[in-house]
Amino acid sequence: MRELFHEIGSSLRQNKLRTALTGFAVSWGIFLLITLLGAGNGLMNSFMGNMNQYVSQSITVEGWRTSKPYAGYKENRRIHLDTKDLSYTQGKDWEGRIRGVITATTGTSLTLTLGSRTVDGWMEGKMPQHLEQEKLQMAAGRYINQGDMDGCRKVMVLSLAQAKELNPDEPEAIIGAWVSAGKIAFRVIGIYHTDEQSWRRSCPIPYTTYKAIYDPSDKIESITFTVEGPRTLEEHQAFEKEYGDAIRRRHSIAPDDQRGIWIDNGYTQNLQMSNASRILQIAMWILGLLTLVSGIVGVSNIMLITVKERTHEFGIRKAIGAKPADVLKLIIAESVSITALFGYVGMLLGMVACEILDKTVGQKGVNIGFEEIKMLVNPSVGVDVAIEATVLLVLAGTLAGIIPAWKAARVKPIEALRAE
Amino acid sequence: MALIELNDINKTYNNGQPLHVLKGINLQIERGEFVSIMGASGSGKSTLLNILGILDNYDTGTYHLDGKLIKDLNEKQAADYRNRMIGFIFQNFNLIGFKTAVENVELPLYYQGVPRKKRHELAMEYLDKMGLSPWAHHFPSEMSGGQKQRVAIARALITRPQIILADEPTGALDSKTSVEVMQLLKQLNKEDGITIIVVTHEGGVANETNKIIHIKDGIIGKIEENTRHEAWQGSAMK
Repeated sequence: MRELFHEIGSSLRQNKLRTALTGFAVSWGIFLLITLLGAGNGLMNSFMGNMNQYVSQSITVEGWRTSKPYAGYKENRRIHLDTKDLSYTQGKDWEGRIRGVITATTGTSLTLTLGSRTVDGWMEGKMPQHLEQEKLQMAAGRYINQGDMDGCRKVMVLSLAQAKELNPDEPEAIIGAWVSAGKIAFRVIGIYHTDEQSWRRSCPIPYTTYKAIYDPSDKIESITFTVEGPRTLEEHQAFEKEYGDAIRRRHSIAPDDQRGIWIDNGYTQNLQMSNASRILQIAMWILGLLTLVSGIVGVSNIMLITVKERTHEFGIRKAIGAKPADVLKLIIAESVSITALFGYVGMLLGMVACEILDKTVGQKGVNIGFEEIKMLVNPSVGVDVAIEATVLLVLAGTLAGIIPAWKAARVKPIEALRAE
Repeated sequence: MALIELNDINKTYNNGQPLHVLKGINLQIERGEFVSIMGASGSGKSTLLNILGILDNYDTGTYHLDGKLIKDLNEKQAADYRNRMIGFIFQNFNLIGFKTAVENVELPLYYQGVPRKKRHELAMEYLDKMGLSPWAHHFPSEMSGGQKQRVAIARALITRPQIILADEPTGALDSKTSVEVMQLLKQLNKEDGITIIVVTHEGGVANETNKIIHIKDGIIGKIEENTRHEAWQGSAMK
């Protein structure tokens, strides 16, 4: 092995400029591949990260407005889900298919007051499961629990932004304080995270408390549940249609009216997103590989010229005992060495480029109206990609060397010795 | 059995018009002989040398080298036989330009799989024998013709081959150096008993050997036993 490297080393040193030019093509190919994959990953990370704030593995159904007249009703009718829909969903029709049904009330806009400071709030009745479902992160204290629900306790969870408004010096100290909301005072039990840019007004209280104080009707805002069974995108879409049709029938909404109820299907969104990410990834690989192909062709081309120029040398080697396999090995090893060496340089530069992207574009936010998002989050490639790229480089090098090596191995020693 | 035994060797080249180059060569060369094959260009001497060196195939007849039939070998076997049994010395030296003298000498052992250190030691030993130790790490381009040919001789000797085939070994050298190289070959034959076959068209060079085989139009003519060895002053004096 060491001898082989020595052999390669001396022949590469022979032609420094040519080696460098060939190497550049390979470096450039790998550099682009890594940078593209890194940027693609960054884009997906950002996309996923932003979506993850809203998408969970569950389905949420809300009432909306009809867009078509149906069954004697006019269009533009407001649809309200009610507790009968809730018990229907929990009922035996969907037994074994729907689990973890929770519901939330409609909200009330009001002003929260603590001492002389006030802040706007949107009070909603929520259940303990909403913490997970809405992907809230607690900054301090706790979320609503079953005890709060059972006891109809007058407790409230605030957003970090609201806590900062009410108690700027020490937002966390607000836990345990009584905040008045209209005529009623609620005890603050927890604060949930809001990032720097986003402003969230929602201040959840227990569902039961809300129903008892603000809304004795049987109307509810939403029904959220998880499903069992469907796996593929098609199955989830079929399930969504089946459940949606049932609810539309219950509220006399036209079967083809998409506006009557609103179904937020986290499953299909997640599946579509991972599909999109896979397609993006494949596209990046294809683009990168195509660039790399030109590098491989370059190496192959140069190796062909090298073999031609070194015909006489191969003749000497064969005359003094080199077997065809020895010559084959020499050329392929040389090709792999050039590709691998310069490929690694390209890979390193690509990783540096990803770092630079991270430090520049990655740090810039883009305003999308209600909040600011980052274009690229952690644009980098993992160890798996590095390993894949290594395998790819060795394969590419072998591929590039195979035709030239074959030609070299077939050189007849007497003809080669005659060549100058 | 003789070291080299050729029996009715025929060789025809088919490049457009068939060219019958060797027309039934019969030849025996014993171990320890120092012979020359002499002929004009086109006489078939180079073809004969290529066949002897297993660089080329022949059409009919038999060639036994050290008792082994050399016929229809695949490239791998041919390479192996060349490596172990034959040492080549060429007119234009055929050293590899980007390798130093010692690396060139090591190369046949590399293809035998001899470990690096052993190889290097042996190569240094042979270079020393040629009086070239101080030049071991020089590249061929930094050496004179005579030095290059001595490096090539060291490379031919390092595998301890059965025969040394020298193809116009003095063709590219001046007369003084030619004499030196022929003296060296003579000495190797006499002191180490190495069988040497020199192909040449120069009578002066052939005269240094102990047996002169004349080849003409693809057949062997006269075989001279040569014992007189007139003092040869190089090709310039011819």
